[in-house]
Amino acid sequence: MATEGSKSSEPSLPLILARELAANLATPMFLIDAGGTLVFCNEAAELLLGKSYGEIGGITALEFGAMLDLENVDGTPMRRRDSPAGVAFYDREPAHRTLLATTLDGSRQPFEVTAYPLFGHVGEMHGVLTVFWRAKE
Amino acid sequence: MRIRVWGCRGSLAAPGADTLRYGGNTSCVELRGDNGEVLVLDAGTGMRPLGVAMSNDGAARIDVLLSHLHLDHLQGLGFFRPLFDPGREIHIWGPSSPVQSLADRISTYLSPPLFPVRLEDIPANLEFHDAPEEPMAIGSLIVRASLVTHQGPTVGYRIEEQGHSVVYLPDHEPGLGLGISGRPAEWVSGYGLAHRADLLLHDAQYGDGEYPHHIGWGHSAIAHVVDFARMAEVDRLLLFHHDPYHTDDELELMVADARRCWGAESSRVQAACEGMTVTFAGDGVSIDPAGGSTRTSS
Repeated sequence: MATEGSKSSEPSLPLILARELAANLATPMFLIDAGGTLVFCNEAAELLLGKSYGEIGGITALEFGAMLDLENVDGTPMRRRDSPAGVAFYDREPAHRTLLATTLDGSRQPFEVTAYPLFGHVGEMHGVLTVFWRAKE
Repeated sequence: MRIRVWGCRGSLAAPGADTLRYGGNTSCVELRGDNGEVLVLDAGTGMRPLGVAMSNDGAARIDVLLSHLHLDHLQGLGFFRPLFDPGREIHIWGPSSPVQSLADRISTYLSPPLFPVRLEDIPANLEFHDAPEEPMAIGSLIVRASLVTHQGPTVGYRIEEQGHSVVYLPDHEPGLGLGISGRPAEWVSGYGLAHRADLLLHDAQYGDGEYPHHIGWGHSAIAHVVDFARMAEVDRLLLFHHDPYHTDDELELMVADARRCWGAESSRVQAACEGMTVTFAGDGVSIDPAGGSTRTSS
């Protein structure tokens, strides 16, 4: 039985804890792993998207950004690479921006979006956690 | 591969008339490989009698695998006789820290005024290592470590040899948050380590009625332990890290609860006790509470 467990691709503890945190909050949160794949979104995020994680899971962060149709607040297109999640993933720095995203009802809504990379004890990156806050009108 | 339990109490040593059957020493498990390798899982107070037993065994190298640095997993280290034998090479492994080396963190305890001897004055040849991120060979043993849910940085260990596996998760709260049932297995802390292990030693500190008052303390309730073991498809479960307030009689009630949760073949669930030995050989696993050799098939 010894050799059947222990897959190296299993989520790390920081990812597991981030997922647990997100699963227990009512704020939309998205979790991307170190390979750039969307590995979890919580119920609030599913409500925002109008789709369950089961329907969208496994896509890349870039594909996910395209799904949300992100734009700058002035209506100009936002490069996926410049979204908070893109900055956190590629530059390994926390990022915050106000942006427009398409919600469940198809309307364009402003959001405050914060993304930060999850670093382990020896500096290894486990993924990116992205939080969407509905911007005040 | 053979293991012997020298301490399975959690949090604080609990000697006394009420804990004679399961023992009062805190976490320490000796593991011997087929080629003479010696691993010691945690350095709780059970490490003192282990050190006495090892005084003249001639093992030149000993690897101490620390799950974390809470005192109940560290307090026996300074009383481990091989530390005072300059002919020994002792490797100490533990969770990494971005702030302090493992040696510096252990020195917090192993130095005056908390302890009379400084780490640098220990006669044995000590080497400190962060728990390996990738599987590591110690002789014929393959050791794998992974961070798990507890209070503070904590690793669990999986040790394999000759197709057998034992997993050590002495302090672990995988049910934290949303519980275990219904979650994707790979998103449960410790699952990857424990999957299809022959033997799992797992935190079982709280009864199901006690756990709601201790959520987030880093320990598990009986029902969660069994859920976890079932999810991970382990062959045998040893309840470990007994609460210092639990008497022998109370522990036996907890074992009965665990066996009810387990269902068929409930004898595959036992509570660890001091002196218990487990021998892995051929296609079988032998568990003897008294350290003998009663054989059971796997």
